[in-house]
Amino acid sequence: MIPPFQRFMDDNRTAVWRLLHVLCLPDDVEDCFQETFLSALRAYPKLTDARNLRGWVLTIAERKAMDSHRSRKRRPRPVESAPDRAARSPDGSDPELWEAVRALPPKQRTAVTHRFVADLTYRDISRVMGTTEEAARQNVREGLRKLREVLR
Amino acid sequence: MSMEERLRNAAAALEEAPELDLTDRAADEGLVDVAFATVDSPFGTLVAAMTNKGLVRLALAPVRVDDVVADLSRRLSPRIFEMPSRVDPVRRELDEYFAGKRWAFDVSVDWTLSSGFNSRVLHATARIQYGEVSSYGKVAAKAGSPRAARAAGNALHTNPIAIVVPCHRVVGSNGSLTGYGGGLPMKEALLRLEGAIG
Repeated sequence: MIPPFQRFMDDNRTAVWRLLHVLCLPDDVEDCFQETFLSALRAYPKLTDARNLRGWVLTIAERKAMDSHRSRKRRPRPVESAPDRAARSPDGSDPELWEAVRALPPKQRTAVTHRFVADLTYRDISRVMGTTEEAARQNVREGLRKLREVLR
Repeated sequence: MSMEERLRNAAAALEEAPELDLTDRAADEGLVDVAFATVDSPFGTLVAAMTNKGLVRLALAPVRVDDVVADLSRRLSPRIFEMPSRVDPVRRELDEYFAGKRWAFDVSVDWTLSSGFNSRVLHATARIQYGEVSSYGKVAAKAGSPRAARAAGNALHTNPIAIVVPCHRVVGSNGSLTGYGGGLPMKEALLRLEGAIG
């Protein structure tokens, strides 16, 4: 059963917000947050499968985050840039780690964030990514291995 | 600390999401399929819901708002938002009605929630004038089934739009009030307000 939209939003907004904090520049988080749920709202009546609504909205959020990076690249930016980012990052939660997560290859990054930031099961991750459960585990394992390497 | 733990701890330290109210933007884009709000009345808190066709639900007290929302989400659309401004016209008309200053409702009605015989019974009921009463047998007859008085009673029991579709104006053939979703005292009070009973 697809829940009323407000319920769906209340159940998933923190997972989306945290994922966006990991993936976006701090200035873009709020915009992406709104845009994610607006996109979800547009598509909502067409949903038929209430399983893994979280995985579904996280995929939208991920796309919004990537769009925000692309549109930043097109806009000329003032001097502030990469080094500024960690300093201004409001996450206060291990910016070095998140920097390394952002640098992971896309599949590993998705698998790792969905597993540890949004708390999806491997099964749900595999559904979102259209892979087998084993491939989802493999992506997480690979991602973790790379993080250990980089953060040693 | 393992990398898994480090990730979990760092994720837990990220802030919680702020409240997000998309109602205005959803309304701008025409993405609100159902708007609801509570309405205070002399008979407790009612819940009213509007679609773009009109009033689709008026639930009598005692009712849990969440239950009404869940039901409408399932039967109409999950794009349901609390929007008192869209319910204001209904609220105004109800206020006037309860004050004895309004004899008929102008708000349009969305009949989507009833179908078949039930719908025919409710349409017949909607034509009973302020200050008058009818019987279960008569509305059944108007709905095309003269002997279905009992079924008409059941149909009225499912009335999604209380008061505005005046199921309180249907009584037993001997004049007894019989039953009402909001309780018999309310039915009696409404009929007294309308001058249908002394």
